[in-house]
Amino acid sequence: MKAYLDCGSTTWTHPQVVQEMRKYMEEDFGHPIFLYELGTRAAAAVDRAREVIAHSIGGKPEEIVFTSGATEANDIALRGVAYANRNRGRHIITTKVENPSVLRVCERLEKEGFKVDYLPVDSEGFVDPKTVEEKLTNETILVSIGNVNDEIGTIQNVEEIVKIVKERNQHTYFHVNAAAGYARVPIDVGHMGVDLLSISAHKIHGPKGAGALYVREGTRIEPIDYGYISLSALRPGTENIPGIMGFAKAVELAFDHFDAHIAHMRKLQARLMQGIEDKIPHVVLHGPRGEKRSPANVNYSFKGIEGESILLRLDMHGIAVATGSACSTRKLEPSHVLSAIGVKPEIAHGAIRFTFTWLTEEKEIDHALEVLPRVIEDLRRISPIKPEEM
Amino acid sequence: MPAEYTERSLLRYTEKVLELFRNPKNMGEMKDPTVVAVEGDPQCGDMFKMFLRIENNKIVDAKFLSFGCAANIATGSMTTELIKGKSVEEAEKLTIKQITDALGGLPALKMHCAVLAYKTLKKALQEYRAKSGGASA
Repeated sequence: MKAYLDCGSTTWTHPQVVQEMRKYMEEDFGHPIFLYELGTRAAAAVDRAREVIAHSIGGKPEEIVFTSGATEANDIALRGVAYANRNRGRHIITTKVENPSVLRVCERLEKEGFKVDYLPVDSEGFVDPKTVEEKLTNETILVSIGNVNDEIGTIQNVEEIVKIVKERNQHTYFHVNAAAGYARVPIDVGHMGVDLLSISAHKIHGPKGAGALYVREGTRIEPIDYGYISLSALRPGTENIPGIMGFAKAVELAFDHFDAHIAHMRKLQARLMQGIEDKIPHVVLHGPRGEKRSPANVNYSFKGIEGESILLRLDMHGIAVATGSACSTRKLEPSHVLSAIGVKPEIAHGAIRFTFTWLTEEKEIDHALEVLPRVIEDLRRISPIKPEEM
Repeated sequence: MPAEYTERSLLRYTEKVLELFRNPKNMGEMKDPTVVAVEGDPQCGDMFKMFLRIENNKIVDAKFLSFGCAANIATGSMTTELIKGKSVEEAEKLTIKQITDALGGLPALKMHCAVLAYKTLKKALQEYRAKSGGASA
C-alpha cells in the first residue's frame, strides 16, 4: 500500500495528459508561428489551450502568457511590473509567508533600489487588510499576496485586500501567486479584481515545466527576458507546446466536476484531521480550521520529534509527505511560514504537511492513519524530549 | 560556475546512513549508566543524549536518545557501535572523521548533526574522567 500525500509539492501526470502531450511531440510538433500546416496546427492548439486555461480563472484568452511554471510567472509578474512602473514609484508590498519564488525576487528588487514591505500574518496565517492599508503609499506600484498558503493552507481574503488597494490607488497593481490554490479553491480574476495571477501545471496532474501568468489587459509590464519572439513578447522563445497542451488537458480534467472535487478533498481532509487528533496525543495544527483552510492541506506538528525522521519513517511504509523541519532545508532554519505564524522552532521542527488532490483516494488517507501513530510513538520513545513538557 | 548553481542531491544520504536510520543500533534509555551527557538544543533542531556504562575502564555498553534527523540517528548508532567494547582511551581517540567515514560520508549540510553526537560522546567521557578522578593515562 502506498500513499502519496505530497501533492502540494508536485503530482503525478494524468495518463490523459501524457497522451495529449505525446501528440504534440510526435505528430503536431510544429513551430506555432510558421505558416505551413504543422505550424498552424500548433498555433491553433495553443489557442485552444489558452481558452481553456483563461476560462478556468475567469480571464480572457489573450490575457494568458505561458511560462515554465509558477516560479517564472512570479518572476515576470514582479520584476516585469516593477521595471515598467519604476517611474511611478518604487514601493512593493508582499507578506512574510509567500513562496520563495516571490520572496527571493522581492529581495532581488530591493538590491535594485525598490523598497519592499513584508507584511506580518496572524497565528493562522491571515494578513490583516488594515496592515496593507497602512503601508500603501502613492509610491506603491505592486502588491503581491498568494491566495492560498502552500504550507499551512490559509485562504487569504484577497478580494477585500484588492478593494482596499484599488480604493487607495487605482494604479497599484495586484499580483496573486495562485500555485497552491489553483483547482483547490475557486479563482475568478474578475471577481477578485486582480491584475496578475500565476498558476502551475504540475500541481494539478499536468506536466512539470509548464505554467501561466494571467496579465490583465492594459497592465503596464515589460519583459525580463529577451530573445526570439514567438507568440508573446513578454516571454520570448519557442513555446513548450507539449507542456502547454498537457497543462490545458489537466485543467479540463481538474475543472470538470470541480464542486465534486472540492467535496472529495474536504472529506479526505476531515478524515485525516479527525484521525490524527483522535489517535495521536500532543499534536499542534498549523493554519486555520474550516472553510478558510484549503481543502487540500493538513499540517500538524508532532511534539518531541523531528520532521525529517517522521518523513523518512513514513517513506518506509510508502507514504510521501513534506516537513517544515529545519533539518530538511538547505539553510537549516525552520519553515519561514511557521516562524511567521509564531510557532516555536522546537515545535516547527516536528511539522508534517499532508497535501492531496481530487485524485487522492480515501484508502491512502487510511493507510497514513494506520502507520502514522506507530511511527510517532516509536520516534517519541527514542527522543530525549517529553512531548508533554514542550 | 559557483557550486551552488550545479549542486544536486545536497540532502541525499548514503545507504549506510539510511540503513542505520531504519534499524538504529543502541537506541533507547539505559538503566544505571556510569555517565550520561546531553548536548544540543531542541530550538536549534536537535538534541542528543548519550548513556555509557563503563567497567574497569572499558565501555561495556553505550546507548543514546535523539530528537533529531536521520543523520543524527545514524551518527548516534555508528558512534555507539564504534566505542562499545573499547577502552576509555580508545574512545577518546575516536575522531569525527572516523565516524562519518564509517557512514560512507554525510551531506555537508548534515555535518553538524554528526558533530552533535560526537560532542555528546566527548562530554560523557570528560564527565567520566572527572567522576573517576583520573586523567587520560
